[in-house]
Amino acid sequence: MSESSSRAARLLRHPLLWPVLALVVLLLVNVVVNPNFLNVRMQDGHLYGNVIDIMRNSAPVMLVALGMTLVIATRGIDLSVGAIAAIAAAVACTRIIGAGDEAALTTAVMAMTYAVVVCVALGAWNGFLVSVLGIQPIIATLILMVAGRGISMAITDGQITTVNNPFFSDLASGFVLTLPLAFLIAIAVLAFTAVLTRRTALGMLIESVGINPEASRLAGVRSRTIIWTVYAFSGFCAGLAGLVIAANTNSVNANSLGLWIELDAILAVVIGGTSLAGGRFSLMGTFIGALFIATLARTIPNIGIPSDLNYLFKAVVVIAVCLVQSPKARASLRVRRTGPPTSGPAPTPAPAPAPAKAGISS
Amino acid sequence: MLKKTLIAVSAIPLTALSLTACGSDSAADGSASEDDGTITMGFAQVGAESGWRTANTKSIQETAEAEGVDLKFTDAQGKQENQIQAIRSYIQQKVDVIAFSPVVETGFDAVLQEAKAAGIPVILTDRAVDVDDPSLYETFLGSDFVLEGERAGDWLVENAADSDVNGDGTVNVVQLEGTTGAAPAIDRAEGFAEKIAADDTIEVTASQTGDFTRDGGKQVMESFLQSDDTIDVVFAHNDDMGLGAIEAIEAAGLTPGEDIKIITIDAVKDGMTALAEGKINYIVECNPLLGPQLMDLAKKVLAGEEVPERVVTEEGAFDQEQAKAALPDRQY
Repeated sequence: MSESSSRAARLLRHPLLWPVLALVVLLLVNVVVNPNFLNVRMQDGHLYGNVIDIMRNSAPVMLVALGMTLVIATRGIDLSVGAIAAIAAAVACTRIIGAGDEAALTTAVMAMTYAVVVCVALGAWNGFLVSVLGIQPIIATLILMVAGRGISMAITDGQITTVNNPFFSDLASGFVLTLPLAFLIAIAVLAFTAVLTRRTALGMLIESVGINPEASRLAGVRSRTIIWTVYAFSGFCAGLAGLVIAANTNSVNANSLGLWIELDAILAVVIGGTSLAGGRFSLMGTFIGALFIATLARTIPNIGIPSDLNYLFKAVVVIAVCLVQSPKARASLRVRRTGPPTSGPAPTPAPAPAPAKAGISS
Repeated sequence: MLKKTLIAVSAIPLTALSLTACGSDSAADGSASEDDGTITMGFAQVGAESGWRTANTKSIQETAEAEGVDLKFTDAQGKQENQIQAIRSYIQQKVDVIAFSPVVETGFDAVLQEAKAAGIPVILTDRAVDVDDPSLYETFLGSDFVLEGERAGDWLVENAADSDVNGDGTVNVVQLEGTTGAAPAIDRAEGFAEKIAADDTIEVTASQTGDFTRDGGKQVMESFLQSDDTIDVVFAHNDDMGLGAIEAIEAAGLTPGEDIKIITIDAVKDGMTALAEGKINYIVECNPLLGPQLMDLAKKVLAGEEVPERVVTEEGAFDQEQAKAALPDRQY
């Protein structure tokens, strides 16, 4: 018996419990309003339904949030991801249009490769500002956040650029094994990142840099290289996200593409339980957080929230999720509801000891 | 106490410095525009959120260049704060005339007061503002968005029988709204609702903002298609959201223009192409080529001539056949 109760307690303290619960509750709200919400059917040889749409639409935020997770783990932040996404899309679309054979596979591959390389370079620039010049991350990436939109506007001449390339379009609208290709790409990047950070010492090194860059450096960790690398990786992820967004409508609109995606990504990271103070990070948490953001976006039209209340609704939901995740807020709620802590079912009636933020094991 | 005095003292030369900087700046500007008689116009654009907007921008920039108007152009990227900032900087630079397309309808009173106090006439283009004092601007050049919505509604009422695609006796319309709070979104919805009220069988079953973008239109339409399989008609407040809706409809295995009829507003090239291909059924034009009319109005205002409070641009509407004819000459 004591074993089962301790297992329950462990589950209650699992860092993914609240993000998953929030996602489930949000899905339930949708199902209550629209009982067919979770229905999935076959359509033209692939799965079709709200859930599939959510998977596909979550891909850009998920990609950006993965890069953001590692940056945040080093106690940084990357505000330039939206602008980098716009640059990736602008570069790819203008190259596709400028190519000899607009609809060819090689055209699409070349354009996308080129765009991603540009984005890695931009990410490395951010890393250079932060790690070598020692500029605070929020300022360093703010530069590209503002300038990047200008760059993407310059690349497209401020015009909406429409492309006709079926292979490029497949990046967002295509299906592999009946699932959206964009989602699978995001999952692949997630898996790659997880293996790289959890099967090697890299994850631990990133966390140690986030907890104390100076101490890590003195301990022999190459803080500078690691910081540089995570910003370049964030640029890579943002570039991929930009390509997916552009492919979704076969066009690039430099002004609106990826606008505010940095905020959605930071939100996804935070909902996933990664602390903005750096150190410990959770890739699975970010995955759930990104799904949550995409589900929230789908919830608004599904339950018919009037347009003028969109932002209010989002804000209320996000505040609720953040409150539920805060051990302090939960503890104060529990005390108020049950009065003085008596011997409740949970083995820890007093405010649960917050898991050590600085722990580098995970 | 000493500290405060020190701060105050040190602030004086700073303010003085910035004052002289401003002064010399505007003096140079002012003399330039007065001496050679060229008009300096500050134009604060909304952004480049759609193909329509970029055509509008191009028309203004090209006409300014052709007519020798010194155009100071800023792009507010869809944010009111940016636009107010841009207008303030035009006031500081003492331009001869300010023109702008307001991002939203309200909240411009203060900055327009500042322009009036500085004696700089203001011309609104494309979108109106909601201010208590109409003397805050000279004239409003632009489309009548209510009329555009009415035209879209009229077409649907006339074609109600054909538009009931699934034959269930009611025409279920979903509406893709523009940016919440923007004049075209409010007025087009109003005009449309007014006209379709004449026919009991037409009903707007869902309405949600798609922010005037393709991505927004696609995502909202995807959701509508999932929750309702009786949609007959999409009314999108601009072409781009309609184009996004087309992609969502195709992904659902339906044929846009046949299984679901599409009505949009704007008539940009990509929209007209889709109309000619039969994917859209009707487009009400909203003419972005305001440059010539704007420069003309600016000259009249500066010459002290009377201008009407409201100048409506010339516009038409297209069905599929007319689109095929008009498409080759479409510039934007």
